[in-house]
Amino acid sequence: MSNLNVKIGLEVHVQITSLKSKLFCSCSSEYRGKPPNTNVCPTCLGLPGALPVVNIEAVKAALMVALALKCTISDVLVFSRKHYFYPDLVKNYQISQYDGIGSVAIARNGLMTINVDGKTKPIRIRRINIEEDPGKIIYPTGSLLTSKYTLIDYNRSGIPLLEIVSEPDLTNPKEARIFIDKLRSILEHIGLVNPELEGSIRVDANISLEGGSRVEVKNISSSKDVERALTYEIIRQSKALEHGEVIRRETRHWDDLKKVTISARVKELEEDYRYFPDPDLPPFKISKELIEETASKLPELPDQRVERFMKTYGLSEYLANVLVSEKGLADYFEDCVKICGEPESIGNIIVNDLKRWIDELDLSIYEAIRLFPQKDLCQLVDLLNKNVINIKILKEIIPRALKSGKSASTIVYEEGYVDISDEDVLLKIIDEVIRENPKAVGDALTNPKAINYLVGQVMRKSKGRANPELTNKLLIKRLNELSRASSNAN
Amino acid sequence: MDGLELVKLFHADPSLIYEYVIETYELIRKVEDSIKSYITLKPLDEVLKECKIVSDKIKDGFKGRLAGLLIAVKDVISTKGLLTTCGSKMLSNYIPPYDATVIERVSAEGGIIIGKTNMDEFAMGSTTENSAFFITRNPWDLSRVPGGSSGGSATAVSAYEATISLGSDTGGSVRLPASYTGTVGVKPTYGLVSRYGLISYGTSLEQVGPIVRDVSDAALILSVLSGHDPRDSTSLKVEAVDYTTFLKPIPLKKYRVAIIKECINEGVDSSVLSSFNKSIYRLENEGFEVSEVSIPIIRYALPTYYIIAMAEASSNLSRYDGIRYGYHVDVENKLWDEAYTESRSYGFGLEVKKRILLGTFVLSAGYYDQYYLKASKVRKLLYDEFSRILSHYDVVITPTAPSLPPRIGEAISDPMKLYLSDIYTATVNLIGLPAMSIPADIVNDLPVGIQLIGPRLSEGSLINIAYIHEVKSGLKNLIPTAVRPYV
Repeated sequence: MSNLNVKIGLEVHVQITSLKSKLFCSCSSEYRGKPPNTNVCPTCLGLPGALPVVNIEAVKAALMVALALKCTISDVLVFSRKHYFYPDLVKNYQISQYDGIGSVAIARNGLMTINVDGKTKPIRIRRINIEEDPGKIIYPTGSLLTSKYTLIDYNRSGIPLLEIVSEPDLTNPKEARIFIDKLRSILEHIGLVNPELEGSIRVDANISLEGGSRVEVKNISSSKDVERALTYEIIRQSKALEHGEVIRRETRHWDDLKKVTISARVKELEEDYRYFPDPDLPPFKISKELIEETASKLPELPDQRVERFMKTYGLSEYLANVLVSEKGLADYFEDCVKICGEPESIGNIIVNDLKRWIDELDLSIYEAIRLFPQKDLCQLVDLLNKNVINIKILKEIIPRALKSGKSASTIVYEEGYVDISDEDVLLKIIDEVIRENPKAVGDALTNPKAINYLVGQVMRKSKGRANPELTNKLLIKRLNELSRASSNAN
Repeated sequence: MDGLELVKLFHADPSLIYEYVIETYELIRKVEDSIKSYITLKPLDEVLKECKIVSDKIKDGFKGRLAGLLIAVKDVISTKGLLTTCGSKMLSNYIPPYDATVIERVSAEGGIIIGKTNMDEFAMGSTTENSAFFITRNPWDLSRVPGGSSGGSATAVSAYEATISLGSDTGGSVRLPASYTGTVGVKPTYGLVSRYGLISYGTSLEQVGPIVRDVSDAALILSVLSGHDPRDSTSLKVEAVDYTTFLKPIPLKKYRVAIIKECINEGVDSSVLSSFNKSIYRLENEGFEVSEVSIPIIRYALPTYYIIAMAEASSNLSRYDGIRYGYHVDVENKLWDEAYTESRSYGFGLEVKKRILLGTFVLSAGYYDQYYLKASKVRKLLYDEFSRILSHYDVVITPTAPSLPPRIGEAISDPMKLYLSDIYTATVNLIGLPAMSIPADIVNDLPVGIQLIGPRLSEGSLINIAYIHEVKSGLKNLIPTAVRPYV
């Protein structure tokens, strides 16, 4: 794929879910689950004569993100009107910010590093905007194309959004996914976004291939889908280019059920949004004091946390990076370490087993924690240390817990997972294995390393429940007896 | 009797409120058909119920500064539960679910909203001929326009159909009709009066302003309206002032007056000019120091004003699409764009469409720099120039309008003349200064007004100067010809 010279830039829309009220009025920011059009007032309904007043907490949130992304912060805050007609937009203009003549975005020229296969890569941030979310269009009897009628719910209208725009520094879909996961982790660490809330992070991805034009895929709601959508686009566009087709500049939508992109409209020209500074919101100075105050409240960020994990817990860079890629995962790790210590084995289990199954089962970390809480992992580690179970069993219990919702100890004791540490039982199995594998026994007698094969056979016969250390010990003991018996016979 | 005196009487004897209200409705019955000030007039029995509430409160010790006064409100200001049309078919069925801040303040002081007055559609116009419903006639001469866009608010007060009215002034919409109807109109410093609930036309230019029959009532109502409102981000963080303390017949300081050479040139009617000169002599006789200054850049003020007003209008009026409120077309089997086009084509009048189109043009990519941005720069230059002059002078005086009120239909046939009627008033909106129009003369039974412009937040001084002029000229509580047979 690298020879296609792929350029990817992302626009990430993030709802600042930690705020109590909307961006320009005092309506609640908790719009989810309310009866339609009940979380509204004259301002967020755009009624004639109603005026916006900036929620200063949203500005502080934007400043915090700007600092975390190492942006240059504008010395004035200017809101601009972005005009387009659409029924979810109550004023038919969106109060947003514009980086151009007569206006300025709150922050520009930032930087975020991502870690791809052990290498760090800097991705430039073009700008950050504060803007209002529109209402929501509902198609009650089908889709945009098939529904007989349309309903509009304005409960979401005016929810504070940050638009974070990267430069086209990403070169493949995987990097795009990692970028979004890192950004989400930063936002979670700052405490601004609860990514579990549906629709709290939405991505528009711009992609161009050498010899093609810029194509925008709009409204993708997860980092995994961003990766999928971009992969789809690379295949689609490179095939088209191979066939000598022209890639037009266009906007496409991501269909997250069919996992394909669909053409929405061809963009011949840059859309003219007629931006101009909103005269209802006079520009105000962003003071040094405000920036300093914000900076002083900035919590530990993912990069710092990775370093601390390596230093304090002796984790490898890889383990630390994976853990910190999601705040929930990193918190889970630290909670477990607090309960039962052993950072390295805990870290390994979380990254190699828990995380793998979370991805495989398409769970969120928070769902996973509910199904497999910290104390369950610690219990298993404790059982492991006491040789009640072995590592293989531990690895098997994790997906069972995630799938069934049963507690780990229930699974251990009720489903016969307890480790075989009874010497008599083990010796019986070992004797069987020795009988059935005379050649391997012969090898083991001359070459101590060949004993592993026999251990493996014991494990297989015991369905993995044999305590590996004890098995090893008993096998050696039995082999020694055999060797003595044979030498006596000689 | 003016509002200030009436309220004192009502405080002493609240039963007089009923007498006043019934008398006013009697006059409305006689003159309203020929003048047509009101789009919505509350029925008498409804108003009498409100009188009872106010009168009961007075008996309990309430001393509201507007207690019992009938207030007419331009149909551009949101009134909870009361039709608010903006003079447009687009909003012909729109009933706001909330009150504008100015309405809350008026009600809190015991003022009674009598009705909503006619206006040019969305405040775009200078004659009130652009109302989607009907025209309003000048009570001094029914063949003439009352000025606009707050024409109905001016005629309601001028014809004694209300004691105080509220208008809105984007480029002269309070001062021009005040001048044409022999009343007092105030355009406050930008940000002194809340815009919350005022339906926007030119956001950065407009203020709610009162129209009254004498300077005392201007001081009274302005004291109620002004002061910070946290719901309006452009509202100034200033304490409310009691402007009635400036109602003194002597100058509270030695006032220096500037006359702008460019505003008394050949473009001004000779009758307007001689009335203007008479007023200046009156003030000179009171010891005012008068000088002439030149502001050459003022010739760019009007095009600058129209670019900014239309740009803001095109944006402000985009919300009217018939989806949530207002004029609604049958959307069955139509795309969004088609439904929008139909409701906006039918709901808006010609002048509104013209300004939306021009405003859209000046904000378009490639033209933004040439028009909107350049206009913003001229605006800044005008501000600097006026600031410089007002650092040497306390007040700038101009005619309010270059001519007498035009005849109905005359201005529509000559749109340039229509736009020029704003020439002295619109400059003030560009730079956010306070200004008042006060009667200067009656020429052939037609009133002529002059405009006082002061530095930011100098409303007190303006009221003092206007009051002195009123005392010396005797031009207050004027009775227009159409009303004379009934008083």
